[in-house]
Amino acid sequence: MAGVIARRRRNQRAFRWVVFVVLGVFFLLPLAAMVEFSARDSQTWPLLVNWPKLSDTYPDLADGIVASLEQAGLTAVLMLVLLVPTAIWVRLRLPRLRRTVEFLCLLPLTIPAIVLVVGLAPVYAWVTYFLGDSSSTLVFAYTILVLPYAYRAIDAGLSAIDVRTLAEASRSLGAGWSTVIVRVVLPNIRSAVLSAAFLTVALVLGEYTIASLLNRTNLQVSIALLGKSSATMSVAVSLAALLLAFALLLLLSLAGRSRKDSK
Amino acid sequence: MSGVAVHLEGLRRAFGSVHALDDLDLEIAAGELIALLGPSGCGKTTALRVLAGLEDADSGRVLVGGKDVTALPANRRDMGMVFQAYSLFPHLTALENVSFGLRLRGRRRDPGRAAAMLDLVGLSAHGRRYPHQMSGGQQQRVALARALAIEPAVLLLDEPLSALDAKVRVQLREEIRRIQTEVGTTTLFVTHDQEEALAVADRVGVMRAGRLEQLAPPAVVYQQPAGAFVADFVGLSNRLPGVVSGPVVAVLGTELPLITPAAAGRVTALVRPEAVDVTPDPDGSGRVLTSSFLGSTSRVTVAVAETLVVAQVASGQLPSLTPGTAVRLTLQPVPVALDPGN
Amino acid sequence: MPEKALAAPRRKPRGTALLGAVPFFGYVAIFLIVPTLVVVIGAFAGTDGAVSSANVEALTNGYLLDAFGRSIVLSAVSALVGAVLGALLAYALVTASGLVRRIATSAAGVLAQFGGVTLAFAFLATIGLSGFVTVWLHDHLSIDLYANGVWLFELPGLILVYTYFQIPLMVIVFLPALDGVRPQWREATESLGGSTWQYWTRVAGPLLAPAFLGSTLLLFANAFSAYATAAALVSQGSPIIPLQIRGALTSEVVLGQQNVGKAMALGMVVVVAVVMGLYSLLERRTAKWLG
Repeated sequence: MAGVIARRRRNQRAFRWVVFVVLGVFFLLPLAAMVEFSARDSQTWPLLVNWPKLSDTYPDLADGIVASLEQAGLTAVLMLVLLVPTAIWVRLRLPRLRRTVEFLCLLPLTIPAIVLVVGLAPVYAWVTYFLGDSSSTLVFAYTILVLPYAYRAIDAGLSAIDVRTLAEASRSLGAGWSTVIVRVVLPNIRSAVLSAAFLTVALVLGEYTIASLLNRTNLQVSIALLGKSSATMSVAVSLAALLLAFALLLLLSLAGRSRKDSK
Repeated sequence: MSGVAVHLEGLRRAFGSVHALDDLDLEIAAGELIALLGPSGCGKTTALRVLAGLEDADSGRVLVGGKDVTALPANRRDMGMVFQAYSLFPHLTALENVSFGLRLRGRRRDPGRAAAMLDLVGLSAHGRRYPHQMSGGQQQRVALARALAIEPAVLLLDEPLSALDAKVRVQLREEIRRIQTEVGTTTLFVTHDQEEALAVADRVGVMRAGRLEQLAPPAVVYQQPAGAFVADFVGLSNRLPGVVSGPVVAVLGTELPLITPAAAGRVTALVRPEAVDVTPDPDGSGRVLTSSFLGSTSRVTVAVAETLVVAQVASGQLPSLTPGTAVRLTLQPVPVALDPGN
Repeated sequence: MPEKALAAPRRKPRGTALLGAVPFFGYVAIFLIVPTLVVVIGAFAGTDGAVSSANVEALTNGYLLDAFGRSIVLSAVSALVGAVLGALLAYALVTASGLVRRIATSAAGVLAQFGGVTLAFAFLATIGLSGFVTVWLHDHLSIDLYANGVWLFELPGLILVYTYFQIPLMVIVFLPALDGVRPQWREATESLGGSTWQYWTRVAGPLLAPAFLGSTLLLFANAFSAYATAAALVSQGSPIIPLQIRGALTSEVVLGQQNVGKAMALGMVVVVAVVMGLYSLLERRTAKWLG
């Protein structure tokens, strides 16, 4: 049969293949190039997985890695402590403030990191005065940076359940506010909290702007520094960091999807 | 604007191992409204989409006004189509939606036509509204006006009422019938709602597994169903044991005529609830089990020995038919179908 | 007693409830509001502390104006290229099977976040002076990528590198709009006699236009705010505004340069805010049509 519809499907399939192949090459080529580039020196990869030797050869890089892991963990904790109780509390007791909280949380989207640094410089003069100039102090700025993403994740989780009814039900059973938040609401938004934490870790591991301009160190700063002395090694570390971020975010998006599917 | 005849000839269409259309033949007379009725997956929508040119058939031909249009793409078949829902263009007003087809034909200076069509569906006051500002029923009216505006050879309605609530559904189906009669366009109406099909069509085609089980006027389909599937699907039926002898079947002590002759022996007869009369009788063999009020009529379930019989009675009778009442059942002598048995 | 406990929260003044929000508001005030105010006030503060428009006027200086111009060109071109290619990819994904689409959208989510130092190094490894592609082209086809100068570290290079995260971002923000396009609209157009061309120009085009435009604006803001990728790639000169701000922050030589940096920062915020405002307007239109 002369299938009019079948012909259109074939055209669509051809279009799809052209797009996938062309853009696939564009996206995969830099990754392939990184593999090739970092393998030019056969010493690179064995060194990268040998932590004692690595921290010996490239102490700055080792410092950066440790600092980044510290920052990622601490930012996730600070973000959760600050945001989760507030988001729940505002929904329960201060519904009028919800718009304000949302606005403040999404504000960093319109303030580029480079602009934030300009304003943060004097604030960090005080931070240094009180807490020293350790790289961990970046956590304060990073918590602001991840606020929009973490807020949206947690807000979506809270929207999916009826917080008010849950709270009223448990309070009618004699629970206090802290019990309501910790033992009733929190378990119900576990996956939202988890994805907020994941996103935070991924974003902090990729952060460069604030760290470099506030003269502190982290993974990205040390990679940039390394690029000036050992190109091969810096590309290898970039690739490794990238694969780690890939794994983290893919895990996150697949987890988010299966949650949606099971609904 | 009078209609043209449509002929679907030996259409076959398989999706994997499922035969959506299995050698389907269907003739629609000029100006006729045929309703295709059947359970979901019976192929009725596929038949409509093949006629519209939105789906390919594996084999077979589509003739419109004697012309073979099988190889023509949808946009050259000259058919107006109304979809289940959400088919209006959301960026255009009601009036712009209706005149869309006319504009495509370069008849942009024909404002009277689109307005007249809106008037025909009773929405002349809503021309400037956008789809999201209208109710579901209004949207479907606009969709009907849009389909008719291009003066199509054939009008195709794909479950146009199934997304609406009951009251609007009844109202709109009557309006569709009125308008169709008025413009005289040959129409194919696809639905899974038997009441709707019976109410609106000149002839009803009952489909199963890609084939037509019966194609006949509504009254015939209802009263003389061609086989158990049709009897079962169109209206509710009691399955009662009976014995065939000659041209009649004896059911619950009453001899009823057969629609189609059958071999003598034990059978299952399909008897409509409205063909069962219930009378209170202390000596009767039946007992009322349940009764439910449905408005002007009511439904009573009666147990006769091991058999359950559903009867439709006038609601005035209900007070005398409380559960536990002993009753006598009489069957009206209308022709019945037999369950072929499986 | 339990009744009293239940009734109590309603009776209590809202003050105690407000206490619960104090940590959040306090934190945000110190680390978000104060920095914002520092930028805004600093932009209008003269060297002597008095109100002055000198810093903002300094933005009209030739080299700063040029930097703003280049920033806008970079953002606009990378947004347009990203939007067009991303929309094509998104359309291809809509017609593809569920599995392909799932994998591709997950990958897009990752790649859209992929920027900064690692992206810069990825491109250095690809088309840097000794990059994989540069070397391969030179050895096998005798093509010199940089016959007309090393464009990777200038505007064309930045555009190319930015496209790498713009396309996936477009896929993510444009897919929902494409999903909102119902197959009935195409079928209705066809049954009304419309060709494929007419469907795209009269139905799908106008319907998707606000979403496309809005997504392009979002991409513009994304590129305009980006700093790390350019900072890692460009070590000499400051062709775009974020790099000019870096210069103002790190130079301690020129007095008053600090506040010009704040004026530039304010300028960036204004541009991004305007663009994002337009974006949310278009977004609302899209939600009405395709939601």
